[in-house]
Amino acid sequence: MRYSALSILRNGFARQLGWTSAWRFPKPKAHYDVIIVGGGGHGLATAHYLAKEHGITNVAVLEKGYIGSGNVGRNTTIIRSNYLLPGNNPFYELSLKLWEGLEQDLNFNAMVSQRGVINLFHTDAQRDAYIRRGNAMRLHGVDAELLDRAKVQSMMPFMDFDNARFPIKGGLMQRRGGTVRHDAVAWGYARAADKRGVDIIQDCEVTGIRRENGRVVGVDTSQGFIGCNKLGLAAAGNSSRVAEMADLKLPIESHVLQAFVSEGLKPFLDTVVVYGAGHFYISQSDKGGLVFGGDIDGYNSYAQRGNLAIVEHVAEAGIAMIPALSRVRYLRSWGGVMDMSMDGSPIIDRTPIDNLYLNAGWCYGGFKATPASGFCFAHLLARGEPHPTTTAMRLDRFERGYAIDERGYGPQPNLH
Amino acid sequence: MASLITCPHCGQRPKEEFAIKGAALARPAPDAPQGEWYDYVFLRTNPRGRYEEYWHHVSGCRRWLVVTRDTASHAVEDCRDAAERAPT
Repeated sequence: MRYSALSILRNGFARQLGWTSAWRFPKPKAHYDVIIVGGGGHGLATAHYLAKEHGITNVAVLEKGYIGSGNVGRNTTIIRSNYLLPGNNPFYELSLKLWEGLEQDLNFNAMVSQRGVINLFHTDAQRDAYIRRGNAMRLHGVDAELLDRAKVQSMMPFMDFDNARFPIKGGLMQRRGGTVRHDAVAWGYARAADKRGVDIIQDCEVTGIRRENGRVVGVDTSQGFIGCNKLGLAAAGNSSRVAEMADLKLPIESHVLQAFVSEGLKPFLDTVVVYGAGHFYISQSDKGGLVFGGDIDGYNSYAQRGNLAIVEHVAEAGIAMIPALSRVRYLRSWGGVMDMSMDGSPIIDRTPIDNLYLNAGWCYGGFKATPASGFCFAHLLARGEPHPTTTAMRLDRFERGYAIDERGYGPQPNLH
Repeated sequence: MASLITCPHCGQRPKEEFAIKGAALARPAPDAPQGEWYDYVFLRTNPRGRYEEYWHHVSGCRRWLVVTRDTASHAVEDCRDAAERAPT
């Protein structure tokens, strides 16, 4: 069924009984052209673009839980493309362009809201670094705008501009950045892929990768063996565990990142703000809750829950930026497992096994990349060669000395 | 994770006193082949379960420790001085 104003009206008069399930719940077939492990945003987007861009519809997406239960439903919903390095920037800009046309493409309201993203700076040196980043963005054709203190103050007068230690001196703004309803992204891609014939198989955990003569022939799952010509891994925080089934050791550690929502408030924050003195980012959802997050906890974890020390740390950073937050109550917090790579940048590449492909290492920036990740991974799966925007995101880049390290921290995943 | 960590030198101390470095891997010899160094610097087994990590007791004895911990349950099984660790 195509969603439209007319369909809402028609079903409104028919006691809402005309709606059908947004996707099927098929039993797995014996064999698929392509199997994608992981029914998160990236896996579902990959299936959608495989079907739409490359005409490959004999595809299965295997999800061990239910779709939307992993990181695609656990992030702070921010989209942006304000990256510095040439290996990253064109990819994230492709992603932002796909976000801009996503709802028409999927016929699904993902509530894409280009409300702008502002990165604050607090020192002259930080301002210079943001000028450099803004110039790099503009050289790549991305919008970037430097705001002075007065301009930021006129937009958000409630921030602590005269903080003794970290006064706010301005910000770098990307107006095309913003937020997206994250669950709707999973549902929209699932529905669109399903419509083109992709089988989305939930409650189906991959337990082994079967190989013959150095090639993958299929996967053992909790619903039995499923054969495939090509296998794509998009398992986010569990990438290392799935790759281990094919005897691959990845440049990845799994870490826990927490996110938070406050009680509902009247509208007061109409953009996304990123604190420059600590690690803190915040926006206000359409329901009124403040959605915010900070650093990863800093230790390897598969637990999907974090520690109180970080809860306190995030709250401190938030209050340092917006003192009024001290009177706001936390409503909920949760954790997601991040596939932290060794340089903070992702991997979309072939593997040493001929028909096994890898999409991993998203650190905690995977949500904004969802459309481009799916688009480029589908390109790689269909054609066997990387999309032009992902030529730097290779699995062997560390060995060759071509890391894409935005922050210059080196191979220390808990710092990225 | 447990809020209290038993440091072999300081006894039970709050977890916030410690800084976590990451995987407690055995460092290759300086003249080891490049592949071995690549493995040590960049590749991780990243298990779900038992894991050995280097922790630094920053606000205590300032010794480097090896903590054995479960990455799924966060339970801390063991905490030893790094110097006492048997070479692997």
